[in-house]
Amino acid sequence: MTAQIVFELKGACAGYSGRPALFDIDLTVRANERIAVMGRSGAGKSTLLGLLYAQRPADVALVPQASALVKPLSVFHNVYMGRLDHHSTAYNLRNLVWPAACKVAEVRGVLESVGLEPEIFKAAGELSGGQQQRAAVARALYNGRPILIADEPVSALDRVQGGDVLSLLKARHETLVLALHDVHHALEHTHRIIVLERGRKVVDAPSNTLTPDDLLRHFGGEP
Amino acid sequence: MNRLALGNTSLSFLISALLCLAVADIAVTALNPWDEMLRLMRGLLRPEAASIEVWSVIWTVAFAVVGVGIGAAAGFLLAIAFPHLVAVRASALVLRSIHELFWALLLIQVFGLGPVTGVLAIAIPYAGIFAKVFAEIIEEADLTAEKVLPTGTSVVSAFAFARLPEVAERFKTYTLYRLECGLRSTLVLGFVGLPSVGFHLESYFKQGKYAEAAALLAVFYVLIGTRRLWARPATLPFLLIASLLLLPQGIGSGAWLPNLVRFVTHDIVPTPLRNGEVGSLATWSAFSVWLQVIVANKVLPGVWNTIVLAQIALVGMGMLALLLFPLVSRQFMGRIGQPAGRLLLVVVRSTPEYMLAYVLLQLLGPSMLPAIIALAVHNGAIVGYLMGRHADALDYRLDAPRGLNLYAYDAVPRLYGQFLAYNLYRWEIIARESAIFGILGVATLGYYVDAAISEFRFDVAIVLILATVALCAVIDAASRRLRRGLRISTLATRLADAPAR
Repeated sequence: MTAQIVFELKGACAGYSGRPALFDIDLTVRANERIAVMGRSGAGKSTLLGLLYAQRPADVALVPQASALVKPLSVFHNVYMGRLDHHSTAYNLRNLVWPAACKVAEVRGVLESVGLEPEIFKAAGELSGGQQQRAAVARALYNGRPILIADEPVSALDRVQGGDVLSLLKARHETLVLALHDVHHALEHTHRIIVLERGRKVVDAPSNTLTPDDLLRHFGGEP
Repeated sequence: MNRLALGNTSLSFLISALLCLAVADIAVTALNPWDEMLRLMRGLLRPEAASIEVWSVIWTVAFAVVGVGIGAAAGFLLAIAFPHLVAVRASALVLRSIHELFWALLLIQVFGLGPVTGVLAIAIPYAGIFAKVFAEIIEEADLTAEKVLPTGTSVVSAFAFARLPEVAERFKTYTLYRLECGLRSTLVLGFVGLPSVGFHLESYFKQGKYAEAAALLAVFYVLIGTRRLWARPATLPFLLIASLLLLPQGIGSGAWLPNLVRFVTHDIVPTPLRNGEVGSLATWSAFSVWLQVIVANKVLPGVWNTIVLAQIALVGMGMLALLLFPLVSRQFMGRIGQPAGRLLLVVVRSTPEYMLAYVLLQLLGPSMLPAIIALAVHNGAIVGYLMGRHADALDYRLDAPRGLNLYAYDAVPRLYGQFLAYNLYRWEIIARESAIFGILGVATLGYYVDAAISEFRFDVAIVLILATVALCAVIDAASRRLRRGLRISTLATRLADAPAR
């Protein structure tokens, strides 16, 4: 039952501008696994996700921590951007100026699932923080690549909304690596939980063997 | 921002300006300056509308639109294609460091006194400025979305979706603002013979026909004051096409290619190298003597006078700006007074400093004084206008003091870092303008350039122009260093970046 390996790190170290952020990380991610990466801020979660993304950018749909939207453009355009590689440059430019009805319908469908459909032609910069986050999720959903790497994709949403969004991502993508801070989300939606502490992996265990208290002890997240 | 450092910097500039003032020639040499001044005032108050040369107004707009248009397009391409290429950055620096008047004087040798000279004299330096500013805007833009684009996205798609929308608005604002500068540049090019408004202004001023000059100037102010009405994204295509069709016919040579070849391969080659053998040692020692003579007799005195003029004008600008900025601030002038103050400063700022210096020279006689006043007044109005906008963008507490107390205890202390940022940024601009004023007879670098060109010694002129470029580059670097050292390098420095009304 060993599935294909998607990501593999052996003794990985990384740092920013000379300051080490990750030490000696061993990690294997197999297809169809759902993994939560947890830890205090500055523990190295984003760095770890960046290392994984760099291994196979062509197969990954990415939700970065700062939603990374083009604020002057509409929500439609921002979501459409998830599939720029599917179309010719000429078609992309045409859609920038005059969106095609069929693309609008596709994007509208995705936006309905995250509850942003009414905002489709609003500029991304006019959205609230939670709405921007859902727009970034919609872009990844529309992109549809089999692996999802998401850095705190539901941090600006309440627990119910966040759970709904995670369910959508689970349904759309095969393999998920999610940086999360909500212990209940992690236990409910992932198979395996990794906790980082100051750049080192201190927990790597199946979710069903862990309790909320096990996790909270490590990083004092929300109960 | 360190208060002590800000104060020390200001003080050292003040002292350097006072020292320069002690050695500068600032005598009023005109016999009857007050009589002439009175005639000027009388003339300015009685504009003679019948004397307006309509075609010169049309041509001024046409030159500015085509020149700025080509400059913006070229700068855009440079900025997006080679944002990090050192060679491109360096050539953009050289292009913009040579003032449009110098470009015009050089281009006249190749293209004659025609539309091509006028357009290129604006387009070339503006391309350098646009390339720099557009590259800076791209650097400052939020480009995180670009990193999330799916791999395999084409370069053009990535640019159009993730980059262009983030920068388009600022590109547009900046380009349209530059059109205003282009109008001023075109006017100034009239003083060297281009058939713009400046050409007629020069002859009116020379003949003392102040009423006629006043009417023409009024038209120019209206043109600049209404820029937002007639220069919009929607009207640009029409403006460009009409301008291209309406550009005047040229006089002078049509054989520009042989001219260009002669100019580049003969005229600007240093005389000792032109005649001697390139391989022989004698040629190079002759060249070294030739260069030493130019440096000793022209470059060094020119640089010295340029610095003296620039330091005095810079400090004069700063003091004027500090005095003037409350005039354009609603906090100080109220809803009724502020528009009046604003009108005053916009009129002063729209007056090209070169023309101002020209007029003052007629009134006060030849010395450094006209150039000092012109530079300080023009730039002081610009910085004062910007500071006024910053003053209104501050949050004042409800029980804030009023009048002089507000000025001294609240506005000036809070705006002082921004004030120094503007001053240091304009340092290099003022130095470049100081060099140019040599054409009017002040012995700055431009004086020697103008003299060399009128003697057809273009090799000497090029050396002097390069010396001007080097001086401006040194001042620019010093200004950056100071701004970084004072931690004010992230504050606004460009007119288009000041807080909106």
